[in-house]
Amino acid sequence: MIGLYQPGNSPLHRLPAGEKLVLLFAAIAVVTVIVRRPVAVAVAVAVVAALFAVAGIGWRVALAQLRPVVWMLAIIAVFQVLLTSPARAVVVCGVLLISVALAALVTLTTRVTDMLDAVTRGLGPLRRFGVDPDRIGLLLALAIRCVPLLTSIVHEVAEARRARGLEWSMTALVTPALVRALRTADAMGEALAARGADDD
Amino acid sequence: MSEIVFDAVSHRYGERQVLRSIDLRLTERRIGVIGANGSGKSTLARMINGLLKPTSGTVTVDGVDAARKGAQVRRKVGFVFTDPDTQIVMPTVAEDLAFSLRRSGLDKAQIAARVQEMLERFGLQEHGDHPAHLLSGGQKQLLALGAVLIRRPSVIVADEPTTLLDLRNARTVARALDAVDQQVVVVTHQLALLDTFDRVVVIDEGRVAFDGTPADAVPAYRQLVG
Repeated sequence: MIGLYQPGNSPLHRLPAGEKLVLLFAAIAVVTVIVRRPVAVAVAVAVVAALFAVAGIGWRVALAQLRPVVWMLAIIAVFQVLLTSPARAVVVCGVLLISVALAALVTLTTRVTDMLDAVTRGLGPLRRFGVDPDRIGLLLALAIRCVPLLTSIVHEVAEARRARGLEWSMTALVTPALVRALRTADAMGEALAARGADDD
Repeated sequence: MSEIVFDAVSHRYGERQVLRSIDLRLTERRIGVIGANGSGKSTLARMINGLLKPTSGTVTVDGVDAARKGAQVRRKVGFVFTDPDTQIVMPTVAEDLAFSLRRSGLDKAQIAARVQEMLERFGLQEHGDHPAHLLSGGQKQLLALGAVLIRRPSVIVADEPTTLLDLRNARTVARALDAVDQQVVVVTHQLALLDTFDRVVVIDEGRVAFDGTPADAVPAYRQLVG
């Protein structure tokens, strides 16, 4: 979601964003309900791998999407092995991994603008209850944008902390990062106003 | 050219007086604003498109009060910030350019055409689908300028647009600003940028300390800061 879109012309790229989102939720629900054994996990993984191939996404890019959840899955797997069984650990972690991979596939084949348009359209009926779909779309866009921005702030502050020899001080990390994040939020608000985001 | 008028404009942040009874009428095509840090020049720039409301006095653009009719003025006046990272909203370059037109009433084809025009104008056509946060500093600032120009404003206000850039990128952005047809008001510390300008206003402690051509204003500013 942070600008990972991979340009292409595959059937998955051409599928409208709204339909892709509905299919994503449906696929995750189906996988969660029907995958009950390790062999079913293997079949589902093969299907997801085939979908990545159809979309023309290389395996390096595909694996990079899964890397952030590996540690969480490892912890869950340990708990599942201790509390249930190794087979159950494979199923639980497999379903989570497949869900993340499917979400990543949608992200990699859909422009964020198209995704936000779909969300905005989907929320259209809620206008009568006072919900502003455009504003929710903007909120999602900003949330996506803030991931690399905050990552960069924390990275720079961590470097400054190291340069001062304060590697182990949480105060030296959290305080400046928080101050910079709040300043950045202020500046972004001002920039959004300047770009007419709040003008009707 | 638009007529930007500051009429007895003062501004304070809490107890701190930042601008003191500024009277200016800006009609030239290239206008520079210089002054020391904290002199009030960025505050002055933000008032032109209604981002800040003066504590007293009025700022008008072609007769429209920027404080009272901010949205109307912002359609006419674009703003480029010092740090393009805070101005970029969407994940990819093309999407960020398109974001500026989300409430313009243009259809998708018209928006796509304008986005393409901006990508080509600033040499970003290879980066349309690339993550905006991975561009170089100069490219990010060009994207920020493109995101302003795509709305086709008649005035561009830029607040230290080259301050965070290295020499090469600063020159690229300066050339891009120099090439725009619109009226431009640039707040800057880079005095060389002002050589081709029509008028330079020197702000010191919230007052207009000098107002004239770059040839006169820059030496006056140098003398002022010692």
